[in-house]
Amino acid sequence: MRAGKFLSGAALSLFALYFFVPLGSLFANSLWAGGDVYNFSAYSEVLRERGFTDALMLTGQVAAETIILTLAITFPAAYWVNLRSAHLRPLLSALSVVAFIIPPIVLVSGISAFYTGPEWFVGTPHYLVAAYTVLAIPYTYRALDNGMRSLNLQTLSEAAQSVGASWGTLLRRIILPNVRGAVLGAVLLILTLSLGEFTIANVLLYQSFPVYMTYIASSKATGSAALALSALLLTWGAMYLLLNLESGAARRARRTQEAK
Amino acid sequence: MTDTEPLTRDLQPEGISSSLIRTSDESKTNPSGARRSNDRMAAMEEHPALLPDVLVSELFGQTPPRTVRRNRLARWRSDPLTWLFVGPLLAYLIAFMALPSIAVLISAFRDDAGHFTTQYVQALTQTQYLLGLKNTLTLSFFSALIGAVLGALLAWLALGPGSPGWLRRPLLAFSGVASNFAGIPLALAFLMTLGSTGVVTRLLAGAGFDLSRTGFSLFNVWGLVVVYLYFQIPLMVILIAPALEGLRAEWAEAAENLGASRTVYWRRIGLPIIAPALLACATMLFGNAFATYATPYALTSGTVALLPLQIAAVMTGNVLSEPQMGRAIALLIIVIMLITVALYTYFDRLSSRWRP
Repeated sequence: MRAGKFLSGAALSLFALYFFVPLGSLFANSLWAGGDVYNFSAYSEVLRERGFTDALMLTGQVAAETIILTLAITFPAAYWVNLRSAHLRPLLSALSVVAFIIPPIVLVSGISAFYTGPEWFVGTPHYLVAAYTVLAIPYTYRALDNGMRSLNLQTLSEAAQSVGASWGTLLRRIILPNVRGAVLGAVLLILTLSLGEFTIANVLLYQSFPVYMTYIASSKATGSAALALSALLLTWGAMYLLLNLESGAARRARRTQEAK
Repeated sequence: MTDTEPLTRDLQPEGISSSLIRTSDESKTNPSGARRSNDRMAAMEEHPALLPDVLVSELFGQTPPRTVRRNRLARWRSDPLTWLFVGPLLAYLIAFMALPSIAVLISAFRDDAGHFTTQYVQALTQTQYLLGLKNTLTLSFFSALIGAVLGALLAWLALGPGSPGWLRRPLLAFSGVASNFAGIPLALAFLMTLGSTGVVTRLLAGAGFDLSRTGFSLFNVWGLVVVYLYFQIPLMVILIAPALEGLRAEWAEAAENLGASRTVYWRRIGLPIIAPALLACATMLFGNAFATYATPYALTSGTVALLPLQIAAVMTGNVLSEPQMGRAIALLIIVIMLITVALYTYFDRLSSRWRP
């Protein structure tokens, strides 16, 4: 038993080495300021770089629009599937698997082959939003569906309506507060997706945040490393928040179960 | 019908009991119910609370009986609200996923004048594209295989029985991030570690070990496998975690009580149960690697021939080629992805037998 413990400890340390040494060297390089000087100058320099703000603004705009559009079309569908049309669940699950597996490079190749106009769409950030939404739908649908399934929406809706709640009240006071965790999780996932997506933006020649990061890497490797690390920490924080939300939701669900 | 006819419900207690009562009374109290739910199976399906999911699938199997399917169609047609709620999502996926995919299919078979041609698909047998296919397949296969084995091992060590409990959440959070770690950040991290002036390379050189003499390079398929593992292993951890948690402790205890050793338990019980899930996740990893573009682009800037890079090169005009050529490659990737999804579905179905 002790030998087993030792072996598993050794194996875990090897995994840790593989995962943390590259991050460590990324961090060390982002601090390098020539010669033997190590400081945070690369971080402050890259913020002043021309194009950085534009890239961040573009990515922010695309992320916000993708979040709104994705939620607007996925939320009603997930709600309805959980409330009334359970028979549609296999269809939607299958579609979201397809959307999940379709490579971004194929997606962008298809979209650019099919949509060549109108002008307010092609060549504007909306074009990116259209593609990102397809990428975001599987994550969003999964998150919302899981969140709603644990709720027993049918009972909730019936209970609310039997005491006279209208559709609006039902949505505002019963449904939304209960699926807030799932919605927030979906928003975080879409945000990380838009922050990190490179393929589509690069092929369509948009100067989004990841594309910008790649572009400055050739001239300013330390600055790019600084950006990469900041983005990584941001995503990590978001992911941690997400896990906490999920376990919070699970705790709440357990409590409701016990209360029953 | 639960929302359009609230009248019948007002008199009844809420919750499961209400749906119980309603099901039995439905054909009497509800005029449209007579048409829809005289079929008992359909009624059960509308009220899943009556029947546990497991039982539903036990009774109906994978494909529901014909009568139920016809009923579904009728319900779909007769309920305009369904269109309102689910329609936008379906329409969006048709407009931005299905139609563009069909456009890829059609345009791969049409020349500039719009006539049918197979020249582009035939051109896929040119040396460069065959090499691209071979490289992409090799890279995806080995990064999926090694990633699946190591990922399952890591998940087992960190999440399985006897593992330190505090590791769970940090590992899952890290896996969520690392499985999305791609492109220039990942490329830079590895360049600065194992590149010619990387930290580890210099450390090894200081110890008298020349990494480049071993033939290792980040800029070929095997170097890419090492880099891909950085997101493949975490993805495997995320995907396999539920299946590992589904391995019930009772099974191990029962085996132990009957005198089985750990080895026998794993060989005859643990692995056979978890094998389909492992294969399903490995298939997912394969598809994931096959679609990866940002990382090899950032790391090798096209010196390793890979199909996703070749499509992009055609699309951005970096190589002299017609756009149809890019679509022909896209078509090839779609075909391989379809095979991957089919395999995944098959393995996933096998493994779902053991889900609670």
